[in-house]
Amino acid sequence: MLNDFVNQFWPATIDGLAFGSIYALIALGYTMVYGVLRLINFAHSEVFMIGTFGAMFVPFALGVSEPLTGLALVGVILLMIVAGTLASAGTAVALEQIAYRPLRKRGASRLAALISAIGASIFLQELFALLVIPNVFNRPEKGRIQMGLPRLMEKSELFSIFGHSVRVDQVLVIVAAVGMMIALDALVNRTKIGRGIRATAQNPEAAVLMGVDINKIVRMTFLIGGGMAGVAGALYLISYENTYYYIGFLFGIKAFTAAVLGGIGNLRGALVGGVALGLVENYGAIFAGSDWKHVISFSILVLVLMFRPTGILGESLQQARA
Amino acid sequence: MKQKNSLEDFRHRLSRYGDGVHDRWLKTPGWQRWIVYALLIVGALLLPSESIGSFMSPYTDWASILFFPIGTYVVLAIGLNVVVGQAGLLDLGFVAFYAVGGYAMALIGTRLGWNFWLILLVGIGLCALSGITLGAPTLRLRGDYLAIVTLGFGEIIRITARNTDSIGGPNGIRAIPHPPSFPDVELFGIKIFKYGVLDPRPYYYLLVALAVIVIILVKRWEKSRVGRAWAAIREDEDAAEVMGVPTFRFKMLAFAIGASIGGAMGVLWAAKAISINPNDFQFLLSATILAAVVMGGAGNLPGVILGAFVVAWLPERFRGLQDYRMLIFGAVLVALMIFRPEGLLPSRQRKAELQEGSGGMGALGAEVPGPESHGEEVASK
Repeated sequence: MLNDFVNQFWPATIDGLAFGSIYALIALGYTMVYGVLRLINFAHSEVFMIGTFGAMFVPFALGVSEPLTGLALVGVILLMIVAGTLASAGTAVALEQIAYRPLRKRGASRLAALISAIGASIFLQELFALLVIPNVFNRPEKGRIQMGLPRLMEKSELFSIFGHSVRVDQVLVIVAAVGMMIALDALVNRTKIGRGIRATAQNPEAAVLMGVDINKIVRMTFLIGGGMAGVAGALYLISYENTYYYIGFLFGIKAFTAAVLGGIGNLRGALVGGVALGLVENYGAIFAGSDWKHVISFSILVLVLMFRPTGILGESLQQARA
Repeated sequence: MKQKNSLEDFRHRLSRYGDGVHDRWLKTPGWQRWIVYALLIVGALLLPSESIGSFMSPYTDWASILFFPIGTYVVLAIGLNVVVGQAGLLDLGFVAFYAVGGYAMALIGTRLGWNFWLILLVGIGLCALSGITLGAPTLRLRGDYLAIVTLGFGEIIRITARNTDSIGGPNGIRAIPHPPSFPDVELFGIKIFKYGVLDPRPYYYLLVALAVIVIILVKRWEKSRVGRAWAAIREDEDAAEVMGVPTFRFKMLAFAIGASIGGAMGVLWAAKAISINPNDFQFLLSATILAAVVMGGAGNLPGVILGAFVVAWLPERFRGLQDYRMLIFGAVLVALMIFRPEGLLPSRQRKAELQEGSGGMGALGAEVPGPESHGEEVASK
């Protein structure tokens, strides 16, 4: 047992970091929306799913069938990230406009908003399974079957740690995720929009009195959170090369776990929580077998909520308001 | 704007009509109500007849869809309504208790060979216990956190069942025994106690009996001290606590009762199904039952039953749309929350709560009423 652990420690660490980065990017969307609206955006998982398909569209439309190299590869990867981001951000904003704004205007209860989100989530999943995947991706009758990405790049070893190889795509995922985090942190802490977001999170009424356009801030929050999920979707697709209409469910719950683990409403907490969850999940899988990976994350979620509901870093996009 | 006004007007007229019917019902003398109850039960018993079936479900066997999904959804929705509608606790993993009941029947029935009735009791007990086990650590959480924890719990149960080979793993359990039969008893040409493979009607009658018992119990609880405590918790937990309601204990009770009802239905369902596997207990079922409760009008029993019936029946009736049913369902859920968040047949109390934004888990953040909504408020007075 211990031997297994020693042998698989480094591969599990690298895999955990890569998965954790993706969780962290999705978790940002949950955390930001929660910070501003006190709402668990249940349909955020579908925003991620649409990001993977947005990214998938680029190699599909370009007809990529064999691994690329050099500039072509860089170009396609950048295009995929942009397409994923646009698809996700667009979905997130549309979601806010259609499923949440009417409720918000009326001052509806959070229960109503959560159920509206569940409805939107089911709708988007089915929309892709029934219409988008069969028609846009030309896979009639196969809307519910996993869709693979043709191999884009040779997944060669970049360097090795203690005799275990680290692949290019894994490094790409981790570096890109950290880069996005730094950019987002700067955006929230340094720009005018970021100040508006923080103000709204702290006290919406005072923010309005100070001249913050709250609808614009909410839209920006969904836009940014959705965009991050889109980047996560593109990175996931590049590295793991498959997706399907239901992929958002598991990733959504895990990313939410990551957000709670780090402290919901806290941007840096999302990063910490995501990476921690990715690592724990993969280390746990060494002992218990990969079948139990999901049970491990759900149990972590339950345990964190029971013993430290404010998470590792605490709720701090605003002051914690229980 | 004009169109919106006429829509609002229509909504108000509709809800006033509903209130009128409700008022008349409250004024009816007891014996008349008993007649209505009796007629409803007789109606439920006559439901599986061919002539009704040919209209209600031209594509599938009416009597078997009356058992599953319609009847099953109705009982599950009544159980979930105790948790969501009455105590105001959002449970997204209700299917877990149904699964515990189903697996109890399957395991005890195949391994130990116990009698169905005994297993029913054991299954109810087990589910109450698992409701308490889940509730004890989690019921101190805020509303939306509770929702996610219960969702996680539902998935843990399903994945654990799938990964544990000693309870059949992904293949589940086969050859589950039926309830003990009395093939000689015959009423109106139906062998009502012959629990075989061919005729679904005896199971349906059993289900009606279960539903009637459950409805009576739930209704009694609702009118009692327990029901008032739940309503107080739902509306304002802090205020309830301050007024001396032991909120935690009553929340646990709601959880345990809801779980027991889900479990009883699980046992009954498994006793008919012959085989079960973990995929029968997907998250989607939890979401569907929740949608049934909310769509019908959380907290109002007739509404919840209507909601469950509609949610279960419509996809069966319109088989042609079967592929699109979940798509439509999702869209309807969103539309319903936008236009009629109180559900089809709301309880009046609940409607009032929703209008002031306190109907469960508090109001959305960042809702600052603009000048125009304030104007509307004044105009409506």
